[in-house]
Amino acid sequence: MIGIVIVSHSIKIAEGIVDLCYEMVDDSIKIIPAGGTNDGRIGTDPIKIKEAIEKAYDGDGVVVLVDIGSSLMNVDMAKELLEEEIRLKVKILDTPIVEGSIGVAVEALISNDIDKILEVAEEARITKKIR
Amino acid sequence: MANTDLFINIIENMAKAVIENKEYLTDLDRAIGDGDHGINMSKGFQAVLSKLDDMRDKDLGTILKNVAMTLISTVGGASGPLYGTAFLRAATAVDGKMDIDKTDILNIFEKAIEGVQTRGKAQVGEKTILDSLVPAYEALKKSYEKEEGNLEAFRAAEEAALKGVEYTKTIVAKKGRASYLGERSIGHQDPGATSTYIMIKSIKNILEENHK
Repeated sequence: MIGIVIVSHSIKIAEGIVDLCYEMVDDSIKIIPAGGTNDGRIGTDPIKIKEAIEKAYDGDGVVVLVDIGSSLMNVDMAKELLEEEIRLKVKILDTPIVEGSIGVAVEALISNDIDKILEVAEEARITKKIR
Repeated sequence: MANTDLFINIIENMAKAVIENKEYLTDLDRAIGDGDHGINMSKGFQAVLSKLDDMRDKDLGTILKNVAMTLISTVGGASGPLYGTAFLRAATAVDGKMDIDKTDILNIFEKAIEGVQTRGKAQVGEKTILDSLVPAYEALKKSYEKEEGNLEAFRAAEEAALKGVEYTKTIVAKKGRASYLGERSIGHQDPGATSTYIMIKSIKNILEENHK
């Protein structure tokens, strides 16, 4: 199964998105939040992100969704700290974190194909909310 | 120059200088960023101070790696991965060494610059750490080429870094939260370039003290 990691500056956002996703899928999908700093401030923490990726990884791969600013940089940092076997199977998704997460979670339930997941993430990125 | 005692001294003094400037850096960041640079950096270097005793007698690469991992795991903002990567890459330049010479010092700076460039996908002229770090490195190199000693070299580096900080007042921010401000970021100095300047100045101060 493809694992999912939700990285946000806010622990509440990260955990909230995970809750939202589990409304749609069961816990056979690993969706791990990595929000806030290790002392509960607003921010992102490469060590927390690294551990979340390791937790989400079961051999198939992990997709990471990020919110604003330095979260992307801290995921890059986290990747550098991972063992190579895992690192090579981590993809950061360029997609809105809420819509993207739900789409990806549902897709992960039916497909192990990382390309399909990327497609869904891209779709979430370009979908207009108001048409 | 340095045996590991001097190196530890430098790190300690650097940490204290950053912590002392917590409010100043935060004020600078409040003007054009999210106002957490001083708080984050001070948090990181407080943690470095608390781990300093465990680093004594270790080789220079291990010391720098410890500083890097401490910053990476405690800072929280963008400065954590940026400075963390800088120290992490710098560590590779002096892996296993108990002493360093001028070439090693230049290598440390080269690796640090490379690290910040890679992590931040930034170049000189974008109102970042690099705008004081790169001129400082160039001044060091020039000074060493003239066969000057470490103190002269770091005096030149400090001066160049300060000029770099002044230069950031004249340019538009291209990275981080400040980039949302566009032209309005002109007139403000970059907090990251400033913290780098403070760190370089702290090295010079220790060398000056040792010189007396």
